[in-house]
Amino acid sequence: MGLTMGLEEKLPSGFLLTTVEKLAGYMRKNSLWPATFGLACCAIEMMAAGAGRYDLARFGMEVFRASPRQADLMIVAGRVSNKMAPVLRQIYDQMAAPKWSIAMGACASSGGMFNNYAIVQGVDHIIPVDIYLPGCPPRPEMLMDAILKLHEQIGNEKLGANREKIIKEVEAAALAAKPTHQLKGLLA
Amino acid sequence: MDNELTPRSDEFGLAKADQSKAPITNHESASFGKQLLGFWVTLRTMFKKVNTVQYPEVKEPTAPRFHGRHQLNRHPDGLEKCIGCELCAWACPADAIYVEGADNKEEERFSPGERYGKVYQINYLRCIFCGLCIEACPTRALTMTNEYELADDSRGKLIFEKDDLLGPLRAGMVPPPHPMYPNTDDSNYYKGEVTTSHPSQGIAKND
Repeated sequence: MGLTMGLEEKLPSGFLLTTVEKLAGYMRKNSLWPATFGLACCAIEMMAAGAGRYDLARFGMEVFRASPRQADLMIVAGRVSNKMAPVLRQIYDQMAAPKWSIAMGACASSGGMFNNYAIVQGVDHIIPVDIYLPGCPPRPEMLMDAILKLHEQIGNEKLGANREKIIKEVEAAALAAKPTHQLKGLLA
Repeated sequence: MDNELTPRSDEFGLAKADQSKAPITNHESASFGKQLLGFWVTLRTMFKKVNTVQYPEVKEPTAPRFHGRHQLNRHPDGLEKCIGCELCAWACPADAIYVEGADNKEEERFSPGERYGKVYQINYLRCIFCGLCIEACPTRALTMTNEYELADDSRGKLIFEKDDLLGPLRAGMVPPPHPMYPNTDDSNYYKGEVTTSHPSQGIAKND
């Protein structure tokens, strides 16, 4: 489909139809292909969500791609060690845009109970995370709830010039925000 | 000598294996009856009850003791049960709970007794839902609900404050701060002798 292949980025600014955005969002959100990134026990729940009882195929995402080139959603399921971090980043970089990511479980979201030198304290130190999903591990319903919340985000995404504007705003806000390692209290 | 490196004798060699006369069973094509048997499995499955739960539309109830989101409970007159002792925070293996206690004053009372939880935060990104906080709580102020739909898009939104965690005001409860039930002390509350609010405590919620 042309809309997801970079055509929308070339459209001139101010010449975008909201219906096109809605159509692209509808198509994108209903054909998400996740990359397999199971690292620990959360992966078992992720597999359960893909199996018959919960059946992710109902949302058009039954194909867990082993190759990042064919995937546009990264479900980081499990704890990310410092040694795994560059691998995670590389696989994320290899995925073609537009791409999204879910931090599944306490460990991927914040390090969870593993507050030590070996574990990355949340994958958002490495990659941008769209949805944080608590739970240890989250049950398949929780994962599907996170996916549906992500679908809602994707459905409302902007295209072309509007998208660039939003990206700039988000980047400016991120640069102005306090770095994660300076946060105190529960946000640390 | 057994451990000498000599080539195997010919009778065990691969050349012999090709000519082996091992009988191959079941090599003839399946009969019509056997094929029909295979399709019978397919056909039978089509009429079985579907295993899939249609999740967002149909939500199967969890097990009754499922460890979901926490709740801070109230006494029957609306005062909070939390006394700000921080035992839950000490029990937490993931350091997900932050509590700051404060003294109750006569003109501003949130819980029976001396202390109440002024700040109460649970970081759901750290919480592993193990329930040790529930076991540690001396007043049964902290319990778990069956609610599990917690995913959100930022770290800040997943730190739940006291307002998010407090249980709802039920009928007969007065929103704190308000004084204790007349002529009672905190031990009456813990014995379950206070069963509703008194008009002197404020206007109770009625529904």
